Amino acid sequence: MKKNRNLIILFIALAAGLIAPLATGAGSPGFYTEVLLGGLMAGVLYSLVALGFVLIFKASGVFNFAQGAMVLFAALSVARMAERMPLWVAMLLAVLIMVALAFVIERLVLRPLVNQDPVVLLMATLGVTYLLDGFGQTIWGSDIYEINLGIAREPVMILQSVFQGGILINKDDVAATAAAALLVILLALFFQKTKTGRALRAVADDHLAAQSIGIPLNRIWVIVWSLAGIVALVAGVVWGAKLGVQFSISQVALKALPVVILGGFTSIPGAIIGGLIIGVGEKMAEVFLAPIAVKAFDLAGGGIENWFAYVLALLFLLVLPEGLFGEKHIDRV
Amino acid sequence: MLYRENGQFKTSYRADQQMLPILQDRIFMGLLLLFVFAIAPFVFSDYLFLSILIPFLILSLAALGLNLLVGYCGQISLGHAAFMSVGAYAAYNLALRVPQLNFLVVLILAGLIAALVGLLFGIPSLRIRGLYLAVATLAAQFFVDWAFARVKWFTNYASSGSVSTATIELFGWQINSPVRKYLFLAAVVTVFAVLAKNLVRSHLGRAWMAMRDMDVAAEVIGIRPVYAKLTAFAVSSFYVGVAGALWGFVHLGSWEPLAFNITLSLNLLFMIIIGGMGSILGSFFGAFFIVALPILLNQAPALIGVELSTAMASHLESIIFGALIIFFLIVEPQGLARLWAIGKEKLRLWPFPH
Amino acid sequence: MAMGSTGGKSIGGEILGLKNISLAFGGVRAIQDVTFEVREHEIRAIIGPNGAGKSSMLNVINGVYHPQQGTVTFNGVARHDVNTHEAAVQGIARTFQNIALFKGMSVLDNIMTGRNLRMKSGLLAQAFRLPSAEREELQHREAVEQVIDFLEIQAYRKTPVGRLPYGLQKRVDLARALAMEPKLLLLDEPMAGMNVEEKQDMCRFILDVNDQFGTTIVLIEHDMGVVMDISDRVIVLDYGKKIGDGTPDEVRGNQAVIDAYLGVSH
Repeated sequence: MKKNRNLIILFIALAAGLIAPLATGAGSPGFYTEVLLGGLMAGVLYSLVALGFVLIFKASGVFNFAQGAMVLFAALSVARMAERMPLWVAMLLAVLIMVALAFVIERLVLRPLVNQDPVVLLMATLGVTYLLDGFGQTIWGSDIYEINLGIAREPVMILQSVFQGGILINKDDVAATAAAALLVILLALFFQKTKTGRALRAVADDHLAAQSIGIPLNRIWVIVWSLAGIVALVAGVVWGAKLGVQFSISQVALKALPVVILGGFTSIPGAIIGGLIIGVGEKMAEVFLAPIAVKAFDLAGGGIENWFAYVLALLFLLVLPEGLFGEKHIDRV
Repeated sequence: MLYRENGQFKTSYRADQQMLPILQDRIFMGLLLLFVFAIAPFVFSDYLFLSILIPFLILSLAALGLNLLVGYCGQISLGHAAFMSVGAYAAYNLALRVPQLNFLVVLILAGLIAALVGLLFGIPSLRIRGLYLAVATLAAQFFVDWAFARVKWFTNYASSGSVSTATIELFGWQINSPVRKYLFLAAVVTVFAVLAKNLVRSHLGRAWMAMRDMDVAAEVIGIRPVYAKLTAFAVSSFYVGVAGALWGFVHLGSWEPLAFNITLSLNLLFMIIIGGMGSILGSFFGAFFIVALPILLNQAPALIGVELSTAMASHLESIIFGALIIFFLIVEPQGLARLWAIGKEKLRLWPFPH
Repeated sequence: MAMGSTGGKSIGGEILGLKNISLAFGGVRAIQDVTFEVREHEIRAIIGPNGAGKSSMLNVINGVYHPQQGTVTFNGVARHDVNTHEAAVQGIARTFQNIALFKGMSVLDNIMTGRNLRMKSGLLAQAFRLPSAEREELQHREAVEQVIDFLEIQAYRKTPVGRLPYGLQKRVDLARALAMEPKLLLLDEPMAGMNVEEKQDMCRFILDVNDQFGTTIVLIEHDMGVVMDISDRVIVLDYGKKIGDGTPDEVRGNQAVIDAYLGVSH
């Protein structure tokens, strides 16, 4: 089928792009691996934010544009509270705050809009973004704050025996990857093995059917948003430790949107894989492609990574309008 | 009593189909235009022109453009400021490299270039729908942001990346004072509003609305989805491109690439949500609201004796914006325009309660 | 050229033919190897228990669904995949089971969209409301007003369709289809949810359409009384297969049909 052919072409192009820097010797194998690892780890962070999207969309069909703002809000809460109490207490309190936030959002915003067009819900979450931004900065202040996870910030050399000069990696990136992996495993177990997890999957499949067997829809939505809030918290702490907690985090969180496109809106493995593809693709494009483009088109600097993720998502959508793992959409007339 | 249609019988379809079928509406519009063009220039202060009316007029035009795409045709766009950017830089380059061109021609050409780019980014809408399309439109935003920041030709190799424009001269008339800028913009916006109103009343407008309401049924009736969607993107981008050129030349004077960033895109979206999607009048309401609110927030606390730092004011702005979006989406999805229409209906019955 | 049983009406040759149509959605086989034809100027009813594949059949005829197998022949042109837009151009119009009206527009505007196919003025002409565009708009307004008169909905022209009661919405749906001046009209349960009086009105309108404009009509209907009264010939579907094809009397006596409706297991 034509669609499969386009998909194969796209994948071949991507794979070619992936291998090209190595093949052309644009960088030493060591450097290449560094960039690759850096990309993978950035990708993990994107996946974390995307997970929040997918959770909410899966269970309630809402495209939560406010996920980025939630990440920032969570990070801000932890950062500021940690100034007066041990970090782990701050994180626990933040969990409570995010759950409370979930309640409020579900009650005030989602419930009244329950049967509306998805685009209307998107715009409502846009409103929530603005609210959270302003509110968060009012309460917690608008400077740049720090989250100290107790992990050394300096990069570390590894694999000196395999690659000449070794590879530089950041310990906090490794910590982030570990956190994300743990989260995914926990979520997977939750969804597959627990009663609530099963209920969530039922709701995701068919709201009405789930309701008719007695699953309380509203409570499920609160659970889902709380989960998403916790995921946002983890993402916020991880990002915040790395970048410092500042407004630009919500911009970065926008990047999670292309991730969700690639992986499909309703797939957790899709969010992971999508995140990795975006993370690696972006880094590769910026490090290896940008210098070529700058020379060829006489550009004033790189910055390709600002749009690469989105254009990649766009290309994917043209081939697969439902994302890599998304569900097909059949119109009933 | 005042606002009654009684006695205004239409004896021809032409009379029934005119833009303002009710006499009182025509009188109101006439008075409004009289005020806008003949009275305001002498009565309003420069400050009012510069800080409210000029940005209001230009943003109304942009909101109108976005409304045609989102409110009438139902295609979401989160990156529309990108097309303002295209219009602005196109106008800049045209004025720079072809200085003999009349500014009106520059405006139209800039709009056409923006329309072309909009058409290009509209092509994904043929395959992609709803939320996926929203993300795809972000690609336009960030790519265009990047292009104008990095491709040096666009900014005429300026080292700082900023461009500045000369005063507009039209038929020997220098548009350099606030009043002149205001009159020029009022004229342009009036013309464009009339054209937009004509479009939405005609079969193209109905095709757009059909696509918005139920695209499968529209196709069955014989409406071509491709044509409808692409014309919506093109016309919308044309309007927004012209608005962008005006924003750069008349309001800003000089700008750097991030002047048309995603915040502006989201602001445009807010304008039409609050003002009313699918309503020409609503675009104006929304634009006025977004322009006036920050100013109100800056002045009001002083008036009631409360100290408000600029940072706090901007946070408050965010909170109020967010709350209003949610409020309007829940309570009155058709925005201020609907409230206006309800007001008119009440006026029809006044002084009777029902 | 056979003479129809209703006095005075002349039924022509085949205008629509479906051969060996099979349609499946994943594992669900909606239509299995169905063949039948519709003759010009006749009223053909499709009946059958719920889920028999009737709506899917209409969707195949005007191209909303593409069958995995089979051909659709309209006006002598045979196609495996019907293109919806082309179907409209060639003169096939339809109404929908769930009234697919444009909720954001008035009754008048909804019906005017039925004329979109024939309105040719360009973008600029419309924007500037040039005399040619205005003339075209008025000309088609006239045509639409005739349909409005015909279906007696004059009082509701400017009302937003969402505000109308169900029965009137169905009439607007029909008006929009009629505005297309179709050769073949597909009606999907036009009388669903109506009371006795509304049904009588709708029957009258359908017969008038067939009578005055000679439009061929294919309709899905559950009310047996209506079907027997107004149709010239009937097709019976059950579980996606054709189990009956003939005049109302022939079908009424068909044992397979009776079994299907009484739910005898098969």
